[in-house]
Amino acid sequence: MIWKRKDLLGLEELSREELEFILSTAESFKEVSTREIKKVPALRGKTVVNLFYEPSTRTRVSFEVAAKRLSADVINIATETSSVKKGETLIDTGRNIEALKADIIVMRHNYSGAAAMLARHVNLSVVNAGDGWHEHPTQALLDIFTLKEKLGKIDGIKVSIIGDIAHSRVARSNIWGLTKLGAKVTVCAPKMLIPPGIEEMGAQVTDDIDKALNNADAVNVLRMQFERDESNAFPQQLEYFKNYGITEERLEKAKKNIVVMHPGPINRGIEMSSEVADGANSVILEQVTNGIAVRMSVLFLVAQANEFIKKNEDAD
Amino acid sequence: MKTLIKNGRVIDPANKLDEVCDILIEGSLISNVAKNIKVSADKTIDAAGKIILPGLVDMHVHLREPGREDKETVSSGTGAALKGGVTSVLAMPNTNPAMDSAENIKLLQKIIKDSAKSDVFICGAITKGRLGQELSDIKALKKQGAVAISDDGASVDSDKLMEEALKFSRDEGIILISHAEDKALSNKGVVNLGLTSTRLGLKGISKESEYKRVARDVELAEKLKAPIHIAHVSCKESVEIIARAKKRGVKVTCETAPHYFSLTEEAVLNYDTNMKMNPPLRGKEDLEAIKQGLKNGTIDAIASDHAPHTENEKDIEFERAEFGVTGLETELSVAITELIENKVLNLSQLVEKMALNPAKILKINKGTLSVGSPADIIIVDAQKEWVVDRKAFASKSKNSPFLYRDLKGVVEYTIKNGIYC
Repeated sequence: MIWKRKDLLGLEELSREELEFILSTAESFKEVSTREIKKVPALRGKTVVNLFYEPSTRTRVSFEVAAKRLSADVINIATETSSVKKGETLIDTGRNIEALKADIIVMRHNYSGAAAMLARHVNLSVVNAGDGWHEHPTQALLDIFTLKEKLGKIDGIKVSIIGDIAHSRVARSNIWGLTKLGAKVTVCAPKMLIPPGIEEMGAQVTDDIDKALNNADAVNVLRMQFERDESNAFPQQLEYFKNYGITEERLEKAKKNIVVMHPGPINRGIEMSSEVADGANSVILEQVTNGIAVRMSVLFLVAQANEFIKKNEDAD
Repeated sequence: MKTLIKNGRVIDPANKLDEVCDILIEGSLISNVAKNIKVSADKTIDAAGKIILPGLVDMHVHLREPGREDKETVSSGTGAALKGGVTSVLAMPNTNPAMDSAENIKLLQKIIKDSAKSDVFICGAITKGRLGQELSDIKALKKQGAVAISDDGASVDSDKLMEEALKFSRDEGIILISHAEDKALSNKGVVNLGLTSTRLGLKGISKESEYKRVARDVELAEKLKAPIHIAHVSCKESVEIIARAKKRGVKVTCETAPHYFSLTEEAVLNYDTNMKMNPPLRGKEDLEAIKQGLKNGTIDAIASDHAPHTENEKDIEFERAEFGVTGLETELSVAITELIENKVLNLSQLVEKMALNPAKILKINKGTLSVGSPADIIIVDAQKEWVVDRKAFASKSKNSPFLYRDLKGVVEYTIKNGIYC
């Protein structure tokens, strides 16, 4: 297969074959991080700009490490959202970065659809590192990559996603990616945190945590963002832990080898207990390691596609 | 000066006319409508194969002047109107200053006198500054020439204030136009609530936020025996509520906009801000209900809700982009393409929705081809196709949801007060 997308904006638009291609490319890149010299020249001479409009440490660092292991030059731009209102538009910022002859923009933005809008206005590659509540495709890819490593397959497995589905880009990307690859997805949260239309996206819905854990091969626990609650409709933190927190007692009733994931950073004692976070079922740190391989794969593929597009245009 | 329009298919529902005949214009008035008019005219237009309609009356237009002349002016907006076959517009009051006093209306009237290309009727604001706090002097607005009142863009939240406003509009004999939206329910949403809002990760605007307010307003109108007009109906439930109210004899009329019978929320899925308006594009069943409502007469009028915005306000992140789309230059063609071609309406019914009924609701002497009435006439090639081109707009703004679409129906002549524009 030849990768033809210059951008990675979300998993909704990808086919099963495309998802599998990113994952298999990531498998071959994973080995690079185990070498003594953790570097390949795949993106030598390319410039990757991390453009972050929202504070993020782990995603930005992961992309930076991934780009550097591919020998790209990396520039980090962190912008306060408030300055967007007064200052330059996103499109102008994108065009300026393009004028610097950068090759890839990795963007985190607090507005849904920002990455898609940027991609329409620039010729360089855009990788969505999270846009509003919309998608966080590389997070879902690394979750799926980790699941495949642990369980040997995605087709037919049962994955439950627990937490604030309504405001979660991680949940949306996981639902698209997992269902396309044949997994059965259940989302579980208090009713006010389940957005409408989730079933039509292919997931089952429950507000009963024990049901969600029963028979699941894996559980992906989202970070609760109480600071986002404008309507004060969220359950209180302690109440949430009591009703939805992942504890050892709850896991005892689940499958013995259930895989426990979390995109981080963890609120210990809110979404899950420390014992679970650090326990035998947890793959949280492996997710971080796999994030590098997956992001290397994505950066490599979009750069290659853009090169391919440019060459074809020149030929015309 | 005599102009003779020959051999066109004349459609004038006010006079139950739909046949090939001639129209004679003398000065600014229609002087005869008949077959084979024999007269020596100064100018003769051969309209064979074309349809001849009364100039359209668009009862929902944002001309933006005074205050936001960068988006549109009375001159550019009425120029766009004529291009789209619209010879009379109702200017919405959300200008700066708002049309909440006789003085402000006087200011707008001066601008209209100096620069308007079509007729412009004025809609006054129900409340001062359209803030929903204190009623405007509705008597004074009427006296100064306002033909309707509305806080369009905002709904009057207070039941009590709305009741008082309806008493005034009833007693003054001018129509109150309701922007039906409970902002507590629409809750800063930007697209239709449902699968679309979830897929896009955007806040949703529920249908309840619209139809619950429609229900309240209809109930108040019923209680007070006051006429009321519901603006930009977008969803099935609103149509049903209005249909039931009409059956009970409530004096309710309503309008929809071309985008609600031609586009669904699917159009928003790539975050195209030209598909962002309020109320938002809804689902397929809503679109069907709007078409049915037009067909069975529940929906009286089609109005563009022409809402021009600059590129700086539209070519940005979806959530930050302004609500609203332009429509004056595309509304007739969209209606022909969607409603005539698909046999939802016939041409007479279309003229009712786009000219006659709005004129009746506003109580203005427009929307007919009656002998003796002002010669506001359009000649349309209903078969001709065209592609919407952003460079070809007469409007200052380009935020059309129909860009690059193939549409049927071209306005070939717009005649305003007997003068070819």
